[in-house]
Amino acid sequence: MSAPTSTPMRQQRVLYGIVGNGMEQRERRVPLDEPPPLAENAKLNVIGQPIPRADAVQKVTGRARFTFDVQLPGMLYARRVVSTVPHARVTAIDTSRAEQYPGVRAVYILDRQLQSAQLRDSKDEPKPRYPIVRYLGQPLAGIAAETERAADEAAKLVKVTYERLPHVTDLDLAMRPDAPVVFPGPTEQVATAGGGGAAPGLPQHGNVRGPDTGKMFGLPRGDARKALAEADVVVDATYRTQVQTHVPMETHGIVADWRDDGLTIFASTQFTTSVRDEAADMFGLPRNRVRVVSDFTGGGFGAKYGIGNFGLIAINLSRLAGAPVRLMLDRREEHVSAGNRPSSLQHLEIGAKRDGTLTAIHLESYGTGGVAAGAGVGLCHAWMYPCPNVTVNQHDVFTNAGPCAAFRAPGQVQGIFALEQSLDALAERLNMDPIALRDRIDVSGSDDSRARHAQRHLGARKFGWRERRRPGADAGPMKRGIGMAQSHWVSVIHPPTSCEVRITSDGSVECFSAAQDVGTGTRTVLAQVVAEELGLQADQIGSYIGDTRYPMGPPSGGSRVTGSLTPAARNAAYRVARDLAARLAPQLGVDPSAVVFRDGHIGVPGSPATWLPFREAVSKAGVVELAHRAERRDDYEGYMMVTPAFAVGKHGIGGVQFADVLVDTETGVVKVERMLAVHDCGRPINPKLTESQIYGGVIQGISYALYEERHLDEASGVHLNANIDQYKIVGSREVPEIEVHILEQLTGQSSTDARGVAEPANVATAAAIANAFYNATGKRIRTLPMTPAHVLSALREEASW
Amino acid sequence: MTDISRAAAVEPAAADAAARGQDVLGPEPVLLALFVNGREHVVRVDPATTLVEVLRRELGLTGTKIGCDRGACSACTVWIDGEVASSCMTLAFDARGRAITTIEGLARGDQLHPIQQAFVEHDAMQCGFCTPGMVMSCAALVDRNPYCTRDEVKAAISGHLCRCGAYPNIFNAALAAAARMQTGHAGKERKA
Repeated sequence: MSAPTSTPMRQQRVLYGIVGNGMEQRERRVPLDEPPPLAENAKLNVIGQPIPRADAVQKVTGRARFTFDVQLPGMLYARRVVSTVPHARVTAIDTSRAEQYPGVRAVYILDRQLQSAQLRDSKDEPKPRYPIVRYLGQPLAGIAAETERAADEAAKLVKVTYERLPHVTDLDLAMRPDAPVVFPGPTEQVATAGGGGAAPGLPQHGNVRGPDTGKMFGLPRGDARKALAEADVVVDATYRTQVQTHVPMETHGIVADWRDDGLTIFASTQFTTSVRDEAADMFGLPRNRVRVVSDFTGGGFGAKYGIGNFGLIAINLSRLAGAPVRLMLDRREEHVSAGNRPSSLQHLEIGAKRDGTLTAIHLESYGTGGVAAGAGVGLCHAWMYPCPNVTVNQHDVFTNAGPCAAFRAPGQVQGIFALEQSLDALAERLNMDPIALRDRIDVSGSDDSRARHAQRHLGARKFGWRERRRPGADAGPMKRGIGMAQSHWVSVIHPPTSCEVRITSDGSVECFSAAQDVGTGTRTVLAQVVAEELGLQADQIGSYIGDTRYPMGPPSGGSRVTGSLTPAARNAAYRVARDLAARLAPQLGVDPSAVVFRDGHIGVPGSPATWLPFREAVSKAGVVELAHRAERRDDYEGYMMVTPAFAVGKHGIGGVQFADVLVDTETGVVKVERMLAVHDCGRPINPKLTESQIYGGVIQGISYALYEERHLDEASGVHLNANIDQYKIVGSREVPEIEVHILEQLTGQSSTDARGVAEPANVATAAAIANAFYNATGKRIRTLPMTPAHVLSALREEASW
Repeated sequence: MTDISRAAAVEPAAADAAARGQDVLGPEPVLLALFVNGREHVVRVDPATTLVEVLRRELGLTGTKIGCDRGACSACTVWIDGEVASSCMTLAFDARGRAITTIEGLARGDQLHPIQQAFVEHDAMQCGFCTPGMVMSCAALVDRNPYCTRDEVKAAISGHLCRCGAYPNIFNAALAAAARMQTGHAGKERKA
């Protein structure tokens, strides 16, 4: 794992700063066997190049094999039986007719529920025969049959008898003291291999669990109440955000193949290891008997961890039927039961001095993630802007609705929507330019803070910020305005990440990691880093991922892959290179330390006679197979926080976004006409793929700001818009002009200095659009999404900063 | 309404059968010949089977995806007689006798269609699950109209959902491929 304290270290000078913006030298303590620091991208050959995605041809020809496409001999198809009521005790499940249906091979009834909070004390509820139904659409059982049609038909024949319990699906109703309770006692949501988790041991009254006071992030700090009373200016506002569903194009699902000698799982997942570990734990198998394969994952956005209830069903069915079983959720099931971003109701008070300096942040928040906990609103209050007095009281409110799951910058998207609007309002109150206010308060000195400083000013110049007019400047009903908001995310690292690099006798090179690719380009960045170290081109590297038989990789979540995996890959390639140089040097009669790898050749600079093509050099060195494995060492400056699941760097990831919107004040329709996004991700390994992720973050942010919202019917608990034709997402026609700029920020934290970008690209968008809405109309929109009803309601409010 | 005309309204295959004096087809599996990517395939499926089910399950052509199974996301887009169609909304029996092109049939051997090449060069994808459908719609557009505009590209893929948000690169890829095909077009016109 991380370097033990006894690891020999060396003193190392590293480059520090934003390339093109004044670089300095800094000193770092670096493990002795780590490679020397890389130069700026402009001086490198493969890293930093916008080369095509390694698997692009497979994707455009239909050859990329997703879990959805896996077809094994004798494979059965499974369908789940789900609850048709939102809250009930199940008294009987009669599967006899389903079992008789032609083609049915196995039936399995769930004995537990994953993806849900659990009672702290199980005695708070009489032990039920079957798991209590707590939302409509909760899986109860599964059927495996020879065809999909047969599984679907048989699932309809299962007769479930319910003893109904009162239910509640609305956040405000669920908070009332007389509301029906979703759980009859306090709950916990323990983090598992499947992810998730909420702060333990919190009080719970009825459906309201909390407050979580942000202890994990060092809160509370100072005395926010007192500081608010003494502040020169206070901005006090209430914000509401909606429940958003993930809608990955490939739904959740697995193909499970249970055999006597072990279990093989093909999984659409963001973390192969979590699938292996959860399956092993649930079925009492040693981990070496469980293999998880994920060649391609069709999106995840946070919700694809672990085996889930669908995985429990599929694995059990495979075991019962003695055949591989494919269980992919259908689109409705995906919306209802596979995760969502919780709603939020945030009461945020900010206190400041007359010059803008922040003196207090006080937040009371409530949100619902259905039957799962996790409705906090991020860590921006604690870590983004220095402020001596910060209190957050965050609450989960349980409702009879599908479970939440992590969703691209969980909590932070909601939190920043409120925080960055309140700061915009503060600037307005103080007659300050919003950028000047950020210059005053965004001064922590961390890498992300430094990046944002550069991003604000670059963005303002490119976007035409100087042409910003006073709020509500347009006289007619169509009102245009611009706004900006800032992003913040933590640098999350998966410390056990390692990578193997292998050279074989013909000079071919391979690298291996269990990490998967959800669309970010894992194979590509891995190949680029290994190629750079060995003086080769990326397309010469076999880049093999998505198999738990390879060395452990990071989860594709939290903007964690590139920052975790590329240093391990470079370290391994460096070991291979030095080993090869040591074997070659005696043949060439040179000092091994003088041997370099460049342009497909190996040799000693200044000695033309020593240079050999890579393949010949491998042969001359007598290599049959040469392999090394290396780990992701700790950040050179150490971590701010280490948990069993992840580590957090001392510096975050920044980003600043600008929006240009047009509001039709008669119809309430908001259109985003133009966005500009300036982002940092340490060293961009492949700027093209980085840009793609930023486009995606901005587009998802617009979609969240303007359109997306899960609708539940309070009376029945039915999810009313659980399909793509009913749940509005940005499509081609709503995509505005988007301009992306990427900083190259070197900070001397690892052997590649790479960080992620997926979450920060999504964090600031809704707030930037909301601030532009204010600039257009002179009215604040504090409720998402900005649908006509919410817009017209906001426009009817009295004007106020 | 007679039984036969009622059947014809919902099931053209049944109407054909009725017109030929046969019994109504199904629900039992029956033989069906499909012309896919230039080759004839005979499969035995029941008449309720959709085209995408046959392509994926019977023919192993898994490049065509299913995202919603109700014609709302266009991940299942194929060409039928050169026109884009949602294969999840097309009964396999309705595709009899018609030329079906899937993503696997778009390239000529190793030579990618210009739109595929442009998708690669412009990184017009992320996770890649919507990509085959996007490619089929964009290829149909640029084949038909190499002088297409950005708005026409947007219209051509307006029924497609890409959750990763690859749209800006898809627009650029389609326009780049179109520009490449204009040259080809001009060449063909000159020859003609």
